[in-house]
Amino acid sequence: MKLAAQNLAFGYRDRRIGSDVTLELASGEVLCLLGPNGSGKTTLFKTLLGLLPPQAGAVLIEDRDARTLARDVIARQISYVPQAHGTFFPYTVRETVLMGRTAHLGLFSAPSAHDHAATVAAIERMGITHLADAIYTQISGGERQLTLIARALAQEARVVIMDEPTANLDFGNQVRVLERIRVLAGEGIGVLLSTHDPDHAFLCADRVAMLHEGRLMACGAPTEVMTAENLRRLYGVDVAVVAVMAGQAGARNVCLPVTAVRPHSVGNR
Amino acid sequence: MTARQPLMLLAAVAGLVGIVGVAFSTGRYPIAFPDLLRVVWSWLGGAPHGLDPTIETVVLQIRGPRVIAALLVGAALAAAGAAYQNLFRNPLVSPDILGVSSGAAVGAVLGIFLSLGIVAIQSMAFAGGLAAVGMVYMVARAVRGHDPLLVLVLAGVVLGSLLGACVALMKYLADPYNQLPAITFWLLGSLAAVDPRDLWVAAPLLLAGLLPLWLLRWRINILSLDDEEARALGVETRRIRLVVIIGATLMTSAAVAISGVIGWIGLVIPHFARLLTGPDFSRLLPVSVLLGAGFLVAVDTLARTMANIEVPLGVLTAFIGTPLFLWQLATARRGWQ
Repeated sequence: MKLAAQNLAFGYRDRRIGSDVTLELASGEVLCLLGPNGSGKTTLFKTLLGLLPPQAGAVLIEDRDARTLARDVIARQISYVPQAHGTFFPYTVRETVLMGRTAHLGLFSAPSAHDHAATVAAIERMGITHLADAIYTQISGGERQLTLIARALAQEARVVIMDEPTANLDFGNQVRVLERIRVLAGEGIGVLLSTHDPDHAFLCADRVAMLHEGRLMACGAPTEVMTAENLRRLYGVDVAVVAVMAGQAGARNVCLPVTAVRPHSVGNR
Repeated sequence: MTARQPLMLLAAVAGLVGIVGVAFSTGRYPIAFPDLLRVVWSWLGGAPHGLDPTIETVVLQIRGPRVIAALLVGAALAAAGAAYQNLFRNPLVSPDILGVSSGAAVGAVLGIFLSLGIVAIQSMAFAGGLAAVGMVYMVARAVRGHDPLLVLVLAGVVLGSLLGACVALMKYLADPYNQLPAITFWLLGSLAAVDPRDLWVAAPLLLAGLLPLWLLRWRINILSLDDEEARALGVETRRIRLVVIIGATLMTSAAVAISGVIGWIGLVIPHFARLLTGPDFSRLLPVSVLLGAGFLVAVDTLARTMANIEVPLGVLTAFIGTPLFLWQLATARRGWQ
């Protein structure tokens, strides 16, 4: 399975948001998209998913132009984890995850026992079995995010696109989700995710793409692309990239903002 | 939930049969329960009942069509309401949100105004309902760059008030002795004038509208999500939405054509059904149908027995529906967020 964007220009109706984006995502690969607010990450994702028509260029799914594919065909190849949100009706977590099976159902079918089994498995894999019968609208933002990822797993697509999957999570859940993303990649699933925390790219990404004002500024291995220079250009703040020893995991790079602002320390006054 | 479901359905069906039995036996000419069963048995091809023929006439010719009409109209309005509430992601939506009722009203009132026959009036009501929703849909398609659902609702509201003005104009111009009472009566809703022949026309239309809703029951769940999310899950939202609108409109128009405008059922009944079943449409639809059918049969029985004159159905459903709805709004929040 391969997802590719060729010279893609994207945006809404009469507003162009980005252009000249050429990207490829292969099975088992984690590609992390970095970019400041308003750089077009979500719009790019929606275009890759075929939810918005490309303004130029093309999205290729297994070398076929996405514009020629039916929605359920695309959905069996690519699943989408939107930013956690509310729903309008109080479906349970189980029902919400079950909706991920829709692309595998005939137009007039309701989910079968097999679909229910796939749902239970997906819920288990995200470690939220205890929430299965909870009402989606009544659980926390982090739990909703895990539910939406479980729904994407139930969809059994070879590529998962996640829009800021760590945005609503506490520190522990952020790490758990990133670990889960690595496991998915190990199972042969390609993951494209966006994040606002460059350290997450160091933690889980095979490659990093930087989206700056709608254009790809850099794309490559995290250690090559995520330099202090590139990050400063991307976010407009001074950053130091330093290697630290992280226990048994060995050396890993982290990003540190370099700033003159410091918290007041009462004792030092 | 799943273990309780067949039991609940069974209870609802039993309740419905009970209500229908009561509806058949009460009225100005009371019929004892055993007599009722004997008449029905002989009608089904069993032994002759050997009772006063008046009883048979009352059961088969007078109450029969009326009770069946109440079942069909109640079921149709509730099912259409449930579908629209999912489609518009809003539990406060009723089947006439897209202007079916106002369109049908214009058609029927015009028919009365032109002194047409009852069949023509019903056909015009039906055509008016479909035409109104068709226009709303065209307007919504022509306006681009906004949330498609919001545009649909706004177009429905705007067109609905225009049609309301047309109705008001015709009432103003109508002959106050013959036409105006007929118009008012129709706008208030009634099953008193139901003819068995109406049912042979309305029933297939209602079923034709209900069938796609049932077949697409799982896809209709997905429609209640955000539009882009639903498409990412593999649903062609625009096409499914159109089919649901056509189905629900067909049912509502056919119902309004035989009963006049009856409000509240399409709003309140799906709401209550959702409290019993949760939001899953494959469970919500059958329970809405049963509750809607039972509710309208009960209300219609009340309408023809509680006073010396017939109480208009639309008035009675509003009097019963409003407090029920307010009570529900105040006590329960599980139905929606």
